Amino acid sequence: MRRVRWSSVLLHAALLVLAAAALGPLLWMVSASLMPAGEASALPPRLLPSAPTLAHYRDLFGRLRLGRALLNSTLLATATSVLAVVLNALAGYAFAKLRFRGRARLFRLLLALLVVPAQVAMLPLFLLLKQLGLVNTLAGVVAPGLASVFGIFLVRQYALSIPDDLLDAARLDGAGEWRIFVSVVLPLLRPILVTLALFTFLATWNDFMWPLIVLSDDARYTLPVALANLSGEHVLDTELMMAGAVVTVAPVLALFLALQRYYLQGVMLGSVKG
Amino acid sequence: MPGLRLAGVSKAYPGGRRVVADVTLEAAPGELLVLVGPSGCGKSTLLRIIAGLEAPSAGDVFIGERRVNDVSPRDRDVAMVFQSYALYPHMTVFDNVAFGLRLRGQGPEEVARRVRAAAAALGLLELLDRRPGQLSGGQRQRVALGRALVREPAVFLLDEPLSNLDARLRGEMRVEIAALHRRLRATSVYVTHDQLEAMTLGDRLVVLRAGAVQQSGPPLEVYARPANLFVAGFIGSPAMNFLSGRIERAGGPRFVSADGAVAVPLDGAAPGEEGRAVTLGVRPEDVALAVPGAPGGLAMTVEVVEALGPEVLLHARAGASVLVARLPPQPLPDRGATVHVTLRPDRLHFFDPETESRL
Repeated sequence: MRRVRWSSVLLHAALLVLAAAALGPLLWMVSASLMPAGEASALPPRLLPSAPTLAHYRDLFGRLRLGRALLNSTLLATATSVLAVVLNALAGYAFAKLRFRGRARLFRLLLALLVVPAQVAMLPLFLLLKQLGLVNTLAGVVAPGLASVFGIFLVRQYALSIPDDLLDAARLDGAGEWRIFVSVVLPLLRPILVTLALFTFLATWNDFMWPLIVLSDDARYTLPVALANLSGEHVLDTELMMAGAVVTVAPVLALFLALQRYYLQGVMLGSVKG
Repeated sequence: MPGLRLAGVSKAYPGGRRVVADVTLEAAPGELLVLVGPSGCGKSTLLRIIAGLEAPSAGDVFIGERRVNDVSPRDRDVAMVFQSYALYPHMTVFDNVAFGLRLRGQGPEEVARRVRAAAAALGLLELLDRRPGQLSGGQRQRVALGRALVREPAVFLLDEPLSNLDARLRGEMRVEIAALHRRLRATSVYVTHDQLEAMTLGDRLVVLRAGAVQQSGPPLEVYARPANLFVAGFIGSPAMNFLSGRIERAGGPRFVSADGAVAVPLDGAAPGEEGRAVTLGVRPEDVALAVPGAPGGLAMTVEVVEALGPEVLLHARAGASVLVARLPPQPLPDRGATVHVTLRPDRLHFFDPETESRL
């Protein structure tokens, strides 16, 4: 009994230390963003602002027009997530449950493509988008992320667990393939689709390289690109950069916390025997 | 109410595995046909072919007068109850039952009326707002039945619907399904490997083995006159006793087992000439105890006595031959003792050991 309690105390202590290590920088980022100019780099370093101020946030959204970038990022990440979920759900379900010629071979080919690093594809992709006239457009940022091998794989693995009997029952009930997808498959895929949407949103939101390559007009910049641009001229202005980081991190953190309860909940329960 | 007819239906998979072999059978309008056979005999595949979920490699499927080979499952007017129930887990019981009706364009009032009628018939009215995950196995089974019968289809297909229920519930549902069929008189095909369901539910029994029909007929007829060794051994529990031996005619016809340890006198109707090899079959209930020295009595050694309550199963041996007798409850001698038994002469079955057919 006593030993169990000690191990539990140790475990919680370890968890607390790890949590502090993970949360500490985040919290200091928030704290530093509220410090008057110069205080963040003072020695010894301060934990809390001597006189909290929102001046840096006013600077970001006023003089430096970061609001525009925030809007761009939101728009891009949302559009990419929605479209990617639709396309990956369709493809993943087809690879899992529909019989068509060359299905296994095509899927193996897709998986093999996973070993090609994204950076290798950037130049050809850029040239392709240039041909299509999509360079320096938001559509050009969205297009490459729409269907991903990872997304298809994720959905397929989950869709494999849907019993065939369920789809057959719907067929006998009079549903066509589209109706089956919408009324039976999509609701059952919901946990994995939420996960996928979240992944895609985070990846698009945080993506720096691709928007930097495709976009040249600073009115179309996303947050990471705009922020990097700022750091060029404000590299010593730690408090301002911290405020920018808060603006970048806070929305995705909030999204994650809001959606985490949908993560892989047991919707399959009770569908078939057992 | 149309009937159902299969003409020369076969199913082979790429690679040559044949799971259904030239099956021809018919269910008259309103008839309940039971397909029975060991697992892997192709009975579920046959059901899926009727439903349109699998295409036959050869042969035709008719519902009524209509050939439905090229008709999609949804247009065949069949409903199926799956072994796994296959309820939509994200829908309430009401929506599960209503799904097919809505897809067929029924108005909300009509849907509600019919769902309630089906739910009332199956005792589901209190459960309409629940989801499958909140139901017991028996309740899920009822919902699966309700989903099928609410559509009033031309043909009902039931794929081992009771095999996931515990024994007591299975008994109750069996009686309920029989009553349901008597009331609706819908043409139905019921797949099972359960003896009791096969014997009690069907108007007609079709025994399958390795994808081929072995025998088809009213259950009691199949039981009384099995067409071959396989049917004789498969239908009935405990299984029929088989003794291999030959016919001897010198001094009156009789059956003698291969090692000579069992000799059964036969009346005039003994099949085959002197020395013909046969397999003799006798059901456990046609084996009776006899007093020592009774005419035709066999002296055997007791091996196991199973007292089941309403009956006793006696396993006895003579030479290489083992017999199981189903007897009224009574005290029986212990293992190793000698008992005398007789076989009812008018209930003996003879099979050709080569072709396995009834003689």
